Amino acid sequence: MNDRIEKVIDLKAPVARVWRALTDHEEFGTWFRVRLDGPFVPGQVSRGHITYPGYEHLRWEAVVQKMEPERLFSFTWHPYAVDPKADYTQESPTLVEFTLEQIATGTRLRVVESGFDRLPARRRDEAFRMNEGGWSAQAENIARHVEQKP
Amino acid sequence: MSSRSRSGAAALRSRASVFAALGDETRLSVLGRLAKGEPQSIARLTEGTRLTRQAVTKHLRVLEDAGVVRSVRIGRESRFTLEPRPIDEARDFLDLVSRQWDDALARLKAFVES
Repeated sequence: MNDRIEKVIDLKAPVARVWRALTDHEEFGTWFRVRLDGPFVPGQVSRGHITYPGYEHLRWEAVVQKMEPERLFSFTWHPYAVDPKADYTQESPTLVEFTLEQIATGTRLRVVESGFDRLPARRRDEAFRMNEGGWSAQAENIARHVEQKP
Repeated sequence: MSSRSRSGAAALRSRASVFAALGDETRLSVLGRLAKGEPQSIARLTEGTRLTRQAVTKHLRVLEDAGVVRSVRIGRESRFTLEPRPIDEARDFLDLVSRQWDDALARLKAFVES
């Protein structure tokens, strides 16, 4: 089985614009739904809080890996670390990589998340619990965001 | 969320990672042979492959630990059968993560194109 997720999306915006949306911590937080304590710095831990309605009690934590301007941004994290009391630091994280490429209409963005083969099975339970009732709220969120910024 | 996934996920707790078990071409080929239906013996699973009996046994053990293969005793022989549920659950999990990325990227698209 594939242990990675890969997404490709074409954005009608210049590479520089997309790079800023990904790597400026405030811009990243706007679309990712997280309030970050400070800027992204390679090799350093990025901390903050989820702003997604219903999950505001959850912390965000990732370790920034690479920032190659307008080309590659990557971080490792513990996906769905949804139990505020649990210590996830001993678990293997997954790696998230954003790769940017200039195309005629703007930017082609590729997102790869890999390393699920090292994720403990019990973490999948938590993801399922988090999912319950969360998706309809998420869909409404997107609709609102899109309507506000046509 | 189906109840199948949740009750099954609880049963998964003590098992090795399904992803790790399936992340090997030889094991995938063994599973492919089991997917044809009938419980099969180690001798049968070794037939027509370049693998030794020991190698097949070792891979079956990993698959059994991950819960995706079950052995049944038929007479004096152990036969192996596919247990699809954990595989479905692992796939459901990836689907879930995948949908979250779809949603996040839709928000990113709206954000940079506005």
